[in-house]
Amino acid sequence: MTSVITNRVAKIKFGILSPDEIRKMSVTAIVTANVFDTDGAPIDGGVMDTRMGSIEPGEVCPLCGNKRDSCVGHFGHLELAKPVIHVAFAKHILAYLKATCSNCGRVKVPEDEREDLLKLLKDLEELKLNYLKKRLHEYIRRRASTTTTCPHCGQPTLEYKLEKPHTFFIKTETGFRKVTPSEVRKHLEKIPDDDVRLLGGDPQDARPEWMVLTVLPIPPRQVRPSVILETGMRSEDDLTHKLVDVVRTNIRVREHVESGAPEQIIEDEWELLQYHVTTYFDNEVSGIPPARHRAGKYLKGVAQRLKGKEGRFRGNLRGKRVDYSARTVISPDPNLSINEVGVPEEVAKKLTVPERVTPWNIEFLRRLVLNGPDKWPGANHIIRPDGRKINLKYVDRKAAAESLEPGFIVERHLLDGDIVLFNRQPSLHRISVMAHIVRVLPYKTFRLNLLVCPPYNADFDGDEMNLHVPQSEEARAEVRVLMLVEKHILTPRYGGPIIGGLQDYISGAYLLTSKSTLLTKEGVARLLAPTGYRGPLPEPAILKPREYWTGKQLISLFLPRDFNYRKTSTIGKASVLRCIDEDCPHDSIIIIKNGVLLEGVIDKSSIGREEPENIVHWLIKEYGENVAREFMDRVYKMFIATCEMYGLTMSYDHLAIREEVKKAIYDIIEEKKSEVNELIKLYREGRLIPRPGKTLEETLEDEIINAMSKKLLDEVADVLTQHLSLTNPVVVMARTGARGNPVNLAQMSGLLAQQTVRGKRLSRGYEGRMLPHFKPMDLSAGARGFVARGFVDGLDPLEFFFHTAAGREGLIDTAVRTSQSGYMQRRLINALQDLVVNYDGSVRATSGEIVQLLYGEDGVDPTKSDHGKSVNVDRIIEKYLKG
Amino acid sequence: MLNMGGKVNILEHELVPRHEIVPPEEAHKILKELGVEPWQLPWISLNDPVVRAIGARPGDIVRIYRKSPTAGTFIAYRYVVPEVTKKS
Ligand SMILES: [Mg+2]
Ligand SMILES: [Zn+2]
Ligand SMILES: [Zn+2]
Ligand SMILES: [Zn+2]
Repeated sequence: MTSVITNRVAKIKFGILSPDEIRKMSVTAIVTANVFDTDGAPIDGGVMDTRMGSIEPGEVCPLCGNKRDSCVGHFGHLELAKPVIHVAFAKHILAYLKATCSNCGRVKVPEDEREDLLKLLKDLEELKLNYLKKRLHEYIRRRASTTTTCPHCGQPTLEYKLEKPHTFFIKTETGFRKVTPSEVRKHLEKIPDDDVRLLGGDPQDARPEWMVLTVLPIPPRQVRPSVILETGMRSEDDLTHKLVDVVRTNIRVREHVESGAPEQIIEDEWELLQYHVTTYFDNEVSGIPPARHRAGKYLKGVAQRLKGKEGRFRGNLRGKRVDYSARTVISPDPNLSINEVGVPEEVAKKLTVPERVTPWNIEFLRRLVLNGPDKWPGANHIIRPDGRKINLKYVDRKAAAESLEPGFIVERHLLDGDIVLFNRQPSLHRISVMAHIVRVLPYKTFRLNLLVCPPYNADFDGDEMNLHVPQSEEARAEVRVLMLVEKHILTPRYGGPIIGGLQDYISGAYLLTSKSTLLTKEGVARLLAPTGYRGPLPEPAILKPREYWTGKQLISLFLPRDFNYRKTSTIGKASVLRCIDEDCPHDSIIIIKNGVLLEGVIDKSSIGREEPENIVHWLIKEYGENVAREFMDRVYKMFIATCEMYGLTMSYDHLAIREEVKKAIYDIIEEKKSEVNELIKLYREGRLIPRPGKTLEETLEDEIINAMSKKLLDEVADVLTQHLSLTNPVVVMARTGARGNPVNLAQMSGLLAQQTVRGKRLSRGYEGRMLPHFKPMDLSAGARGFVARGFVDGLDPLEFFFHTAAGREGLIDTAVRTSQSGYMQRRLINALQDLVVNYDGSVRATSGEIVQLLYGEDGVDPTKSDHGKSVNVDRIIEKYLKG
Repeated sequence: MLNMGGKVNILEHELVPRHEIVPPEEAHKILKELGVEPWQLPWISLNDPVVRAIGARPGDIVRIYRKSPTAGTFIAYRYVVPEVTKKS
């Protein structure tokens, strides 16, 4: 039954069907516009002639003898009474008409030149210089089209014009005369084969005159099946309707011609035939009214079936709907492993995995079969060795379970431990689809560990995700080895971890490891419980008056014995603190020696996401992703538990600052304001020196913005950093990198500072001023969008207005950026998708064109590199000298 | 260091990597090693300033010693074609 046919498609060539070819492939000529007789049976010679394929159940094809499931369908044909233009080719026809002589049919280039051009074309073809060939054709066409006298027969040539969509005209002394498709075809027939080649055509497979139809192929019935409505009425496909129109009009044209009707009547009918053939191909041609149903709906032409998002290409061939998939809302579950996904029981009962019955699993599968489709864990189908599929919903399941034998396949429910693919759109990079291990859970949402949010860019404000179940052993193995979440903690984008802690994980890590945290035995137990730690407790760091443990001791429990690590924490990076050595009072240098966290607080720099050289990064490099994943699964849970124990929260009071600090900030603002006033004074007195390439005004604005925005905020942030202590949870979040930054703090407790639009101070609105409250040409800070208050104090109405003006710009920016970058992404992927890194390390395109002799010029996989370098010598030295 | 009106030898410019025409026998060997036809190499236009400066002809293969941030010096080959046009 399954014989493998191995054959390579060497090439594909597109051409135009010749009238002879159409007749040859046709099984019947269409001769009547009547479709069904009075009994409802298809009429021979009508557009539903049974010879064009069997589509009714039980119907046997009179031609190939197959039933409807194996008859492929057969073309018919219609002899047109008069030729008609094929709309899709109208432009090409015009090009041929223009470039060739209407008298002798030759391309209008002199004989001697013609020989050279033909030879050049042949050479280019041999050298496969297709781009150049295309240019040459364009050149020939342009030259020939502008020649008015034929160099071969000396006749002046006719000037053609195309009126969209398919009417040709010739220029005469009095104006334009319409040319019939017959005349057009006659001209095209005259063009010699070599001349067709000169213009880039292919006389073998696409003679120009074939673009004017004399025979119309009638597609098989399979292409346009009729549907039976609930009322029992039969409804025909749009194409069938259209074909009936074509056939009817065609017959009328023929009758008129044969009866010798007046020229005008024939022409009108002919025009109608052209209209029907055109709308049959494309019912959205501009310039003619689209054909409609009786109800007024537009009919679907052949082009409409292919075009657009829902069309055959984008809708059916490039994008497909699949079975064994599910989609629902996602929600977080920190208790899952990062490798897992929580699947609702309801979903698990619909998605199935085919499992082959063996002597070792037969009892297990029997139990599943007994449970049936409605009780999880159960099974939905049994596939017997002869290929018959039994739906367990409708059979005696006890008997079905008894009948199970090795060799049967049971389509069982999704179970814990199965592997599935999980995806969130937009699927912009490879980590938008990863493999997860199933955990069947109650309720109706998919659940995932918070640490895998970054690669999917997921949050839980209603996001939905898709799940797919691989159906073969090969697929499952491949998915497990290549796509499991833990294999993607490191990203090839920058050779660092993309999966990692965020928000509370980081605050928690800091709170746990800060020097002031001492834990009682009870506290230790509470923190270790979620990690699943089963080993002995370390010696307490403090014995008297009570036993106390440090958070650092708990972290050390999970580090490999020979792990060494050293890094400055995010806290230590704050410029005002100037932390350089290990003795700094902020405990900001992390030192791990032989698996013991000796010093330093853990924060964003050591466990954060998208943080190169964090602990997880080194664990993966030195111990493998399995060890790193386990570290994440266990230790990170402890961080969350710390937050819970500490009661991490944030309120208005945490942002309100003392009077003296307020005073200090106020002083800074005043100082800056007077700086600005000084600048304005200099400007007015003409003593301001313009910067290179800038006008005086621009220089002034630049200086003011510089003083009033970033510099000012940084200074205020520094003051706040010094005055707000790390006992303040808002400060903890900002300084550890969990959420927000010192500038945000300054904007809340201090001031929002200068508001800008397009990098300029606010100035548009009234003449010389933004709002009528200001004097014209007032350049002072307050009149140009300076906000001297923060969110804690609240903004005054003018300040609020400034803030909204700047805020809107941000919204527009994001809206514009996302659409633009999405389109750019599509273009890039289309251009790069079939580049392959070969075994010799070279990057090549589909037909073997070399793009790069060695991938990345050094042949290094960035996932395994160190910031793009293949080895990190420092790390190796550190490891072996200090270890 | 403006060179007003005078000719500049672009080959001496710091940002122009070293280009050289590969002798035919060697070119043949390289193509065989890579298992490609000449047209499957990346192309360079005959009108490229450096190609004109070193006097390469259509059909020649040019070797370029490029400075690379990842690999130090990286050798690339280019197939000289009469004219490179945009893909239409
Ligand atoms: Mg969301
Ligand atoms: Zn058939
Ligand atoms: Zn002529
Ligand atoms: Zn310090």
